[in-house]
Amino acid sequence: MRDVAVIGVGCTTFGEKWHSSFRDLFVEAGALALEDAQLSGEKIDAMYVGNMSAGRFIEQEHIGALIADYAGMATRHIPSTRVEAACASGGLAFRQAVIAVASGMEDIVVAAGVEKMTDVEPGATTDALTGAADREWEGFVGATFPGLYAMIAKDYMHKYAMTREQLAQVAVKNHYNGARNPIAQYQQEITLDTVLKSTMVADPLRLFDCSPITDGAAAVILAPLDRAREFTDTPIRVLATAQASDSIALHDRRDISTLDATVAAGQRAFKMAKLTHKEINMVEVHDCFSIAEICAIEDLGFCKKGTAGKFTADGETALGGKIPVNTSGGLKACGHPVGATGIKQVYEIIQQLRGEAGKRQIDGAKIGMTHNVGGTGATVAVHILGRI
Amino acid sequence: MTVARFWRKIPQRYNLIGTKCQTCHRHFFPPRTFCPDCRREGKIVDHKFIGKGTIVTFTIIQTAPDQFTSRGPYVLAIIRLDEGPQMTSQVVCDPSEAKIGMRVKSIFRRIATDGESGIIHYGTKFMPE
Ligand SMILES: [Zn+2]
Repeated sequence: MRDVAVIGVGCTTFGEKWHSSFRDLFVEAGALALEDAQLSGEKIDAMYVGNMSAGRFIEQEHIGALIADYAGMATRHIPSTRVEAACASGGLAFRQAVIAVASGMEDIVVAAGVEKMTDVEPGATTDALTGAADREWEGFVGATFPGLYAMIAKDYMHKYAMTREQLAQVAVKNHYNGARNPIAQYQQEITLDTVLKSTMVADPLRLFDCSPITDGAAAVILAPLDRAREFTDTPIRVLATAQASDSIALHDRRDISTLDATVAAGQRAFKMAKLTHKEINMVEVHDCFSIAEICAIEDLGFCKKGTAGKFTADGETALGGKIPVNTSGGLKACGHPVGATGIKQVYEIIQQLRGEAGKRQIDGAKIGMTHNVGGTGATVAVHILGRI
Repeated sequence: MTVARFWRKIPQRYNLIGTKCQTCHRHFFPPRTFCPDCRREGKIVDHKFIGKGTIVTFTIIQTAPDQFTSRGPYVLAIIRLDEGPQMTSQVVCDPSEAKIGMRVKSIFRRIATDGESGIIHYGTKFMPE
């Protein structure tokens, strides 16, 4: 296997982008990544695109070909593949691109993610997202996505001593970071009161515990490490790629408030990179709901099970803390265009490792991690990236 | 949802017909046709569940999908059936009554409606025992 490096990154701003179509979003992110790598499109050998549900959101399938075409690659006939794993589609697209380069099959590969969620009315968006869970035995009986994560939160709060305020601090911290990220959907700070007084969605989760509906796209360009300096002075090495799966339905899990796929993917990633938790400078985790961040930092091993609420309230996951979590603002404040999220996490870590993260920069950042979840934990992708 | 997509699941949804593996005696609801423990050695047969269990965790859904709107806030729970497997279902009770560990029994109820004049779907819900 060859070592792999990221040589260019690009990301659109995230939000309700009424003026941009699905293909506009993708082309914008791709062009930014090419410009960043100072690369012309003719050098691209292959593309992998994470997308959850263009079929439901814009009634378009065959996304691989569409994107290759509008990126100007149709006449070069490069292979272009859509990757789908619900909200983990982007993380899996990145992993497929890493494997393609590592194997020696391809040299210069684009990993991208795109989702256009605001072209249908919110009810239809919510229903499409329910397809990330078990439609026949969860969705059919009235489970919603917030409802499933609410049942995780209820189980967690029954077993461990986490207060409602500690849980709300996840959203407060992520909005603080989002306010320092120029691509974030929400760039306003909020208080505990904002969360605690927001509309109840599914007890105990309120509106400000939930990530929003977002349009956006992100793209990164990969190359063999030994060719990376041809394109950039600041290549970032891919130190580990890991993926794990679990039961599609929450009710079939060993433990409702532990994501065993996160545990498995995290352990595999640390083993592959030969690193310990102390060596990770920051992590982008999949906070589709506030409780998801709590479970993620425990299941990845950054703190003991049952202690992440206090860990968060003590500021250990904030910008100046022991392990800054979601410096981008996370899914909560930066936004969650589902298929693009896994690539945006890589984009954020690359910015940190290059020292380009502005007001949210972690001093001396050398190694970062990403954690991308599909559904309620049926698919998890974990990556570790390092400065050279 | 087309009629066939719903109709083929009627025995399971109406009467809690799941499956069990005769090799290892593990029960499955929702039904599985392949035993994850015994794999090709497993012998799967239908099994009617008694319909009694315990609430493992629950939530009160305040923002309901369109097809569930007539129900207002409702209790959604993961229930451990006495035979072992866990399933997701609504619990018909005052939301303030629902508790982790509460004993429940299955009942036959309307689940959802596909639009104004669409198909009405029935299935299993639970209520306090
Ligand atoms: Zn068996």
